[in-house]
Amino acid sequence: MQIASMHFKARAHANLNDEQLQTNLKKFQGKFVPARRNALVELDDVEATREAARQIRQRALDELDTWLELFEENATASGATVLWAETPGDINRLVLEIAARHRVKKIIKSKSMVSEESALDHAIEAAGLTVVETDLGEYILQINNYEPPSHIIGPALHKSKEEVATLFSNTHKTPWKDEIQALCLEARSVLRQHYLSADMGITGGNFFVAETGSVVVVTNEGNATLTTTLPKVHVAISGIEKIVPTLEDVATLMRLLPRSATGQSISNYVDVLTGPKGAGEFHGAEHMYFILVDAGRTAVLGSEVREALRCIRCGACMNHCPVYQNVGGHSYGWVYPGPIGSILTPMYVGLENALDLPQASTFCNQCGVVCPVKIPLPDLQRKLREEEFARHLRPWHERAALRVWAWFALRPRLYGLASKISVRLLRLLARPNGMISRLPFAAGWTDERDMPAPAGRTFRELYRERASVRQS
Amino acid sequence: MYGRDADLAALRAEGARITCYHSTTIMRVGFFVTCLVDLVRPAVGFAAIKLLKSGGADVYVPPLQTCCGQPAYNSGDRSDAIALARKVVGEFEDCDYLVAPSGSCSGMIKTHYGELFRGDATMETRVAKLAAKTHELTDFLVNVLEVKAPTGQYKGKITYHDSCAGLREMGVKGQPRALLAAMPGVELIEMAECETCCGFGGTFSIKYGDISARLADNKCVHVQNSGAEAVVLGDLGCMLNIEGRLRRRGDTKTRVLHVAEVLAGEAS
Repeated sequence: MQIASMHFKARAHANLNDEQLQTNLKKFQGKFVPARRNALVELDDVEATREAARQIRQRALDELDTWLELFEENATASGATVLWAETPGDINRLVLEIAARHRVKKIIKSKSMVSEESALDHAIEAAGLTVVETDLGEYILQINNYEPPSHIIGPALHKSKEEVATLFSNTHKTPWKDEIQALCLEARSVLRQHYLSADMGITGGNFFVAETGSVVVVTNEGNATLTTTLPKVHVAISGIEKIVPTLEDVATLMRLLPRSATGQSISNYVDVLTGPKGAGEFHGAEHMYFILVDAGRTAVLGSEVREALRCIRCGACMNHCPVYQNVGGHSYGWVYPGPIGSILTPMYVGLENALDLPQASTFCNQCGVVCPVKIPLPDLQRKLREEEFARHLRPWHERAALRVWAWFALRPRLYGLASKISVRLLRLLARPNGMISRLPFAAGWTDERDMPAPAGRTFRELYRERASVRQS
Repeated sequence: MYGRDADLAALRAEGARITCYHSTTIMRVGFFVTCLVDLVRPAVGFAAIKLLKSGGADVYVPPLQTCCGQPAYNSGDRSDAIALARKVVGEFEDCDYLVAPSGSCSGMIKTHYGELFRGDATMETRVAKLAAKTHELTDFLVNVLEVKAPTGQYKGKITYHDSCAGLREMGVKGQPRALLAAMPGVELIEMAECETCCGFGGTFSIKYGDISARLADNKCVHVQNSGAEAVVLGDLGCMLNIEGRLRRRGDTKTRVLHVAEVLAGEAS
């Protein structure tokens, strides 16, 4: 996928002023946040479950090589082929090689964010094959000229039903209608033909289970079930970090994944797929492939932000992020938006291409407290800020201001003098109501806000004065 | 070298006459003013001291304190953050408690200083000891001094904004509300989304002014819709942000008050 993360500021600004988008974002926010809260009430002990989930994911990462080898062994024994993609380009190459081997002409896909990293759909089309996205959100984006997703579980939730209605009417040449059920039925009838005529189905993978060599795919539309059983070839693509040791681990994680994501006790469909169709079996693909993707993951594993790999892609961090809620997912400029994206994007595409992302957070830690696997998201963003600072990637004036301020703060007497002068000067700028309406060096503040002026004397000087009065 | 004795010596050298505390029975509370209170709203500091004293604490104010280092820490400037943290630890470790009229600054000391000194066993121990006795003001009043009803007077409808660090780092939620609710003239109304960030975020508020102002704007709408005459809060950053946006929106009436001012009766 094209990287646009360097344009975060401009995109965020435009999105803040896009009235339609703002309306759509408000609607979405009102759904996921209360839904998650209500669903978690069903668990006896949310915190203990989160801690268990954290440990499961951490254990998988701590011994990643062991579990990956065990997975490969078990998946191979069940008749599947395990392939490894070191780079995003390798994903596309491997998929096209598999397609050529089985003379594939049409490919259907259920949602795979990893395949967005490599822009797989474009590679498939460039090779002269047909690809159809079957997740409703992804389908909407595909027919809208491959618009990028704005959310990891609701890729098109930035769109209103009216926008989708117009898109459907134009694409399917059908009368305009905006009843959601009718739109779903229309998508269903279009997609059904593709399911029946495709030669290959591609899915993501929520979990790879080491002990069984299975892939777990979680959906609400059942499209993954059809994608993995109707075509003769099934390819499951996901990051190497998605491994979990046992099926029992999956059971624990599944207590949190749908609840954290959409507020469901369980998603409508959970497919656990092990190996291709065996002799005497009725359902399943004849050929099954796994593509396990690195594409920067091992580098994250060796970095200070390794805990980000615990992510199970529920989207709760973005659903609860006040910045995401207001600027929308497209502002972040790559596959993964929101708090987790602000860590993964710089790690996968290069910090210098995504300088704003770790900075564009108030560190309110709403993301950290809702994360089902307890990723300390603000702490990891701060680690990336430290790297930006150390590598001199911040603007010189920001760095200079910080150093000057710290120089004074470490010299308390000079600081006292400088602050005495500053508060008096700022007081002079105040209007009669005590507000400063323009600050030359802090236009970011005063463009849309007043700055309450300082009282005019510092606490330190007043306190000393009062202390000496008490003594005399 | 920092610390109380150094501070006292420094002040004496400057000719200031100050009291020296030798009390062994009364708890000695080191008051961390915070740089924003020092610079912008000194009245909040005096209100907080009044509350601490009336709650029975012996308040000591290290005279050369500046900042907890959070601006440097959150900007990725680790070395300056470490230097400032070291200064704060030296200034307050001899006290029985460290109390700040801020969830953000007390949260920095309590929950982040440890990470800054990882691997430095001596500092880790000193930081852990200080962190254990660091409190946000209202938490200290309720849970340590066991203040049931504040002495100040206030009359009117208020709503309380939970600051992010106060709520999520320091566990400040019921404490300010309990104290406010115990004031006879106070009518406490909860606004929608009281736990959502106001958009301040330190340097974020200047670097991403438009996003920050939008978050502040959302907060202002919730404050206004609540029907409260004043929004009360425990952090200067939120205070400046919300007040600045309210005034720019043309709201000249809704007051923005620090919880210390209300509890101490300095806001009527």
